[in-house]
Amino acid sequence: MTLFKNLDCMSQKEWPLWEVFIRSKQGLDHKHVGSLHAADAEMAVQNARDVYTRRLEGVSIWVVESKHVHASNPDDAAAFYEPANDKVYRHPTFYTVPDSIKHM
Amino acid sequence: MYASTQSIALPDVAPEVRQHLFEYVLQLADTSLILAHRLSEWCGHGPILEQDLAMANISLDLLGEARSYYQYAAELEGRGRTEDDLAYLRSAVEYRNPLLVEQPNGDFAQTIVRQFLYDCFHYHLLLQLQASPDRHLAGIAEKSVKEAAYHIKWSAEWIIRLGDGTDESRRRVEAAIASLWRYSGELTTPTPTEQALQAAGFLPDYAAIQQQADTQVARVFEEATLTVPQGVFMQKGGKTGRHSEHLGYLLTELQYMQRAYPGMKW
Repeated sequence: MTLFKNLDCMSQKEWPLWEVFIRSKQGLDHKHVGSLHAADAEMAVQNARDVYTRRLEGVSIWVVESKHVHASNPDDAAAFYEPANDKVYRHPTFYTVPDSIKHM
Repeated sequence: MYASTQSIALPDVAPEVRQHLFEYVLQLADTSLILAHRLSEWCGHGPILEQDLAMANISLDLLGEARSYYQYAAELEGRGRTEDDLAYLRSAVEYRNPLLVEQPNGDFAQTIVRQFLYDCFHYHLLLQLQASPDRHLAGIAEKSVKEAAYHIKWSAEWIIRLGDGTDESRRRVEAAIASLWRYSGELTTPTPTEQALQAAGFLPDYAAIQQQADTQVARVFEEATLTVPQGVFMQKGGKTGRHSEHLGYLLTELQYMQRAYPGMKW
């Protein structure tokens, strides 16, 4: 059964690391809040509930095992991000936004 | 204090029923407090940070529930004693918690088995208490049942993990069941006080609660590949004040500040 996919790791010293995302209220995005250790996804959700939602922080929890997060390489920063520096025309700042439109 | 129950009038009942209600509410209060204290002993000693917090959270849930019961019990008694007097200034023989909850933490498996056996009873009791004609009790049950639903989810999953886990986790959880099962029967064995309240319609029939709890235990044990013990002689006595030696030590620590510095506040 799926609950025990990672059961082998129970006998290892450290449980795998999981990244935790919390949605603070309906309609908002899930935001990364931190990480924790758990033997499997079910336990990760429960641990996230106990560690990160003790003070009414959320209404929904996502967990992703950290090994599934693929990150950009800091060494690539120049090639990745600097070319956007001189392309201000990509910002939608040339539109007039009516006053009644919030959260833009 | 729950604002929703604060303004509710005390039940309009004969003095002897009121005395029974006082004793029963005190029993609920003691039960929650003692288990909360046991779980709090894990604080800083949990096997992993996340589970340390989980146990502290459950402990705090139970402590909150205990306070509501103590406040209501003090009101029912009507002799000027406060929640603190009831919790801190009664001796072990006056405590009315069942034997199960005062048993020592032991290893993590023992704590989990004690918690799971209690959660199965607690959750189903609270479901029923919500319908009690005593509006105070019903109100406290309504708030606490959501917490209990989480407790049982947590402890049940640990039973399954430990039972269907490694050789060592299985050995430990089996040993815990062997040592704690004998205390499970007391939960649903009514005392004369509980019988009187059942007859008066304030408490549900325990046979139904026991059946629901048994069903849940059986389902979780099956998933955990564990065996439900049969024909075990059930210990009882805590609910009538006959405790194991563990309670005295527990209360010594729990009540230390009030005993050493009477009336202290902070």
